[in-house]
Amino acid sequence: MIKIQGVTKRYGDFTAVDDVSFTAGKGRVTGFLGPNGAGKSTSMRIMVGLTRPDSGRCTIDGQLYADLPNPARKVGVLLDASAQHNGRTGREVLRVSADTMGVPAARVDEMLTMVGLSDTEAKRRVRNYSLGMRQRLGIANAFLGDPEVLILDEPVNGLDPAGIHWMRGLLRHFADQGGTVLLSSHLLHEVEQVADDIVLIGNGRIAAAGAKESLLRGRGTHVSTVDPQLLERGLRESELAFAPVGENTFVVEAEPVAVGRAAVAAGAVLVELRESEGAGLEDLFFQLTADSARPGVTTSGSIKEGQA
Amino acid sequence: MSDAIPFARLIKVEFRKMINTRAGLWLLIVTAGLTSVAMLITSIVSITQDVEFSFDLYLRTCAYTSGILLPVLGIILVTQEWGQRTGMVTFTLEPRRARVVAAKLVTGVLLAWLVVLLAFAVAAIANVISALARGTSANWEVSWQFVLAFLFTQTFAMLFGFAIAALLLNTPGAIVLFFVATFILPIILTTVSLVAWRQFADIQPWLDFTVPQGHLLLDEMDGKVWGQLVTTTLIWVVLPVTLGVMRITRAEVK
Repeated sequence: MIKIQGVTKRYGDFTAVDDVSFTAGKGRVTGFLGPNGAGKSTSMRIMVGLTRPDSGRCTIDGQLYADLPNPARKVGVLLDASAQHNGRTGREVLRVSADTMGVPAARVDEMLTMVGLSDTEAKRRVRNYSLGMRQRLGIANAFLGDPEVLILDEPVNGLDPAGIHWMRGLLRHFADQGGTVLLSSHLLHEVEQVADDIVLIGNGRIAAAGAKESLLRGRGTHVSTVDPQLLERGLRESELAFAPVGENTFVVEAEPVAVGRAAVAAGAVLVELRESEGAGLEDLFFQLTADSARPGVTTSGSIKEGQA
Repeated sequence: MSDAIPFARLIKVEFRKMINTRAGLWLLIVTAGLTSVAMLITSIVSITQDVEFSFDLYLRTCAYTSGILLPVLGIILVTQEWGQRTGMVTFTLEPRRARVVAAKLVTGVLLAWLVVLLAFAVAAIANVISALARGTSANWEVSWQFVLAFLFTQTFAMLFGFAIAALLLNTPGAIVLFFVATFILPIILTTVSLVAWRQFADIQPWLDFTVPQGHLLLDEMDGKVWGQLVTTTLIWVVLPVTLGVMRITRAEVK
């Protein structure tokens, strides 16, 4: 179990991580979701002692990472797949780690097989690796010490669809065996596919955290109409917060009944009215993304008004 | 299963890291090559001019050549963790960073001593070959003061490289600074004391480590020179190593 309690990290005036607390439980995959620059990587570096927090603490099964005698035998870590020596071969990278943590060299070959790096590929220098191959190597490195806990920063970045599918299976299996998995991603869909629990972070702060089902359960109503202008006016008059999703569809922060009433009052013909699936988390995520969006990035889909 | 990582294992790993990259391997090969070439030249001079060189002289020639590139290995050992960002893995495998740094330090010193041993072997071979070629028996005269001085200067050079590396955490910068401080700074300091500021000649040996080390290698030591040797070692090795280790243990690893 990974426990993060009140962790804050500032760089000058910029607060990268702001009073972050959450728990990643045993036997579960916890998705650490947030837009780029939200503080995911900094939080993860703090968990493994590479960055010192200004306040707060992180423990793994009750112990500080830095107090674990041989941490790699307990916690598998992949923070940045590109942080490998370009001049070493894939096999040599794993060999150095295996020697440090004291696992037999045969384990290196097992891991190479597990992540699907062929013998020829393992003999190539990392400089010639694609991001996907580096990612596989990083996963092999994280699993090398047969850990009970995994901390993975954007592990599916650069993987092809087959690789992503494989990764999901691997992490699912690991958690089902009783392992703890914390993985970060900036893609909601990615986290949704594999996570049991989701922690949503934006601008260094936790925006939402909990079991996936409860977070995804309809916080709003999905509504489609043939009269979008009329419906928009009706929703405004009823003071309901909403966001357009496509041309004729809206996600409204209200019960379907209230949306139906607003539609009737405005005289808008509806073609679809249901509790939205996942829209709650999705909207929240979109809002966070929009807040930190770069110029030129479209923000359509973000809540326009009255977001509580 | 969850025992702490033994220090000997960390040293073993650092040794492996030093030679399992092209840069590291080639530095060792070039050092061995340069030393062999220096020995070859010395032997040829001895044979063609028919002069007897003592083992001591062969060893001295070795000492000067093998010491040139050796510290670069010490530098790379430290800076690769930042330049290649392998520190992210290294310091998650062993979060007690001071132990990793100590292992690197010991590895560097052991390597320096290994090279001294190697220099002995190469010098011995050169000595035997030139004696055979000249049809005489080899002169094995060697002063133990020199052997100790040789060990000291090689260790100093390695630690000096290590210290600069730990302070800068940047490969090219550390290598440049190392060569400037070792080969160019003494020239500048000497020029200053000769041309611009005569009194500086008295101060220079207390700042320029090449001066007391030169005396050490030639076995011209007295109380004052010992003082200079200690002072320059404090300035160029002990102080920067301490600061560098502090920097590494505190730095954020990204």
